Parts: sequence; structure tokens; C-alpha cells
Amino acid sequence: MSDDAVTGIEAPIYLQYQFTAGRAPARFLQRLKAGQLTGQRCPGCSQVYIPPRGACPACGIATEEEVVLSDKATVQSFTIVYIPIPGNPIEPPYIVANLVPDGANISFIHLLSDCVNDEVHIGQRVRAVWKDASEWDYSMDNIQYFKPIDEPDVPVAQIGKLPVSGWGAGA
Amino acid sequence: MSPADPLTQDFELGFTYTRSTGPVVGRFLTGLRERRIEGVRASDGRVIVPPMEYDPDTAAALEDFVEVGQEGELVSWCWVSEPRAAHPFERPFAWGMIRLDGADVPMVHCIAADSEQDLVTGARVRASWVDEPRGHISDIRCFELVEGGAS
Repeated sequence: MSDDAVTGIEAPIYLQYQFTAGRAPARFLQRLKAGQLTGQRCPGCSQVYIPPRGACPACGIATEEEVVLSDKATVQSFTIVYIPIPGNPIEPPYIVANLVPDGANISFIHLLSDCVNDEVHIGQRVRAVWKDASEWDYSMDNIQYFKPIDEPDVPVAQIGKLPVSGWGAGA
Repeated sequence: MSPADPLTQDFELGFTYTRSTGPVVGRFLTGLRERRIEGVRASDGRVIVPPMEYDPDTAAALEDFVEVGQEGELVSWCWVSEPRAAHPFERPFAWGMIRLDGADVPMVHCIAADSEQDLVTGARVRASWVDEPRGHISDIRCFELVEGGAS
């Protein structure tokens, strides 16, 4: 067999989706386009969900009440990504974090930047860095990333339980 | 916009896999690049195309490669009247089981035909190659009916 024998083939798989936001996510995206993070509170257990899905997964009941959240958040967990991912324009190493915004009870995933990677830790206080308002769209990309702010750490037991008024001086 | 307007967006999720072929399938694909179709002879004497790495009965490694013909018999087929995006043709075509001359088992490939009525089990078909084979099963563009070749 010749030296330039075939040893591999490209076998890509592409999945084409059309995503339709339901009523609650559509409302969330509209508020996000206006530069605001919103969640929905469950009338049963009072948990506030972001992004809202229109129902409480724990109670199984519809959520209607809209809650405006802070763009300050707490690091619930994080990972430092060192491996480049094909098609991802972000240069490693970078940090992907689960962040709980003040006033909500669950986290969402976003980038953590403008920080010392080795010093990032659970309980750290961060705040959204927004794009220029002229670029806002129906997208979490309206927030470029979150960056650390000078507030005391949140104890682990308190993460995900802060009021929308936040932490630090007023807590 | 009103809250009732649905927001929709297209997006594509791609898994850009590459696969290692191993020596046996690699040899088959290398053959295709040279417009040659090779099978392998199993322990019971059957010629299997595409070649298998191990004997289906004894599990012994197989390496007795045999070139087979570029024509064969349509053993079975299924007409695709509404091709999908991932299919090899935009117009209707058939998936076929083709037993190539010199082979003892059929292999799957696509059959180009003008209509379903043109296809019949037992028809003779012939490989049609792409202009620039690269070592991939799609180097055989399709199989085409051989005129007056029903066996």
C-alpha cells in the first residue's frame, strides 16, 4: 500500500435547529434587549428563575410574576478553559462561570474576565460589563462578560439567596 | 413588538468529527481514490465488499484483498421521492443494495434513475465516478443503470 494511503476521513455532522422562544423566554429576551436581566418568581415556592421558562420545575406550576434582577452576581462555580474549541473565537485560557444574579435563586452561565484567573473563587462578587447600548439585541451577548467587584465574598450557604438589593455594605 | 410575537432564530450545531479508517477500510478508500473497488476474501471463500477487518465467522484478521467489478446486480432498492438536505441528490433517487461482479455480498450505494419505474430488482448497474476522487465512499458518485442489462 502506498505511503499516501487514506488513514482518515472527515465525518462532520451538522444539526440545524430553529429555536422558538416561548412566552416567558421571549419576554426575558425583550427586557434583555433593553439592558435588563429579569426572572420569574414561582407563586408556590417563591424561587426566582433566570432565564424564566414559564413554569417552576420544582412545583410544576406556571410562573407569571416578573422580577427585575441586578446585574451584580455571585460566582457559584467556574472552570478555566485551556483547550481551544474549533469555531470558538475566544482565546484560551478563559473562565466560564455559573453566576447567580442578586435577586435570583439559580445560576446562568457566562464568561468571567478582566480578572486574575488564579484568584477567581466560589463566592466572589462580580458585575456585568455591558456592550454599548447601541449594540443590544435579543442576546446574552449584550453582556460581554462579568468582572470582579470590590465586595466581600458571599459564604457558600448564602450563594443563590441574596436579595435584589445585593450584598456588601447593605447586607 | 407585542409580547405575543414569537422570537425565532436558526442555529446550527456542528460536530466536526474526523475518523480514523484503520488499515482495511483505509485500503478500500485508497482504492476508490484510484477508481478501484476492493473487497476481502473471508475464510469461507466469500468476497466481502466493502472489506471487513475480521472474519464474520472465525474472527481472524482478513487481508486477502480482491478487486471486484465496477458493474453489478441490483439486489434490492428503495426509492427516495423527497430527498433531504444530507442526501447525495437533490432530485429523486434510490438507495440500492448492489452485488458487484466478483463479490458475494451486496453493498449499499445510491442509484441514479429518472423514475422509480426504471428500476427493477436484478437490473445491471455500473459505478459512475466523480471527476476528482479523494478517498471517500462518495468518490463513487452513484450507480447508473446499464442499458439493456437486466439479468
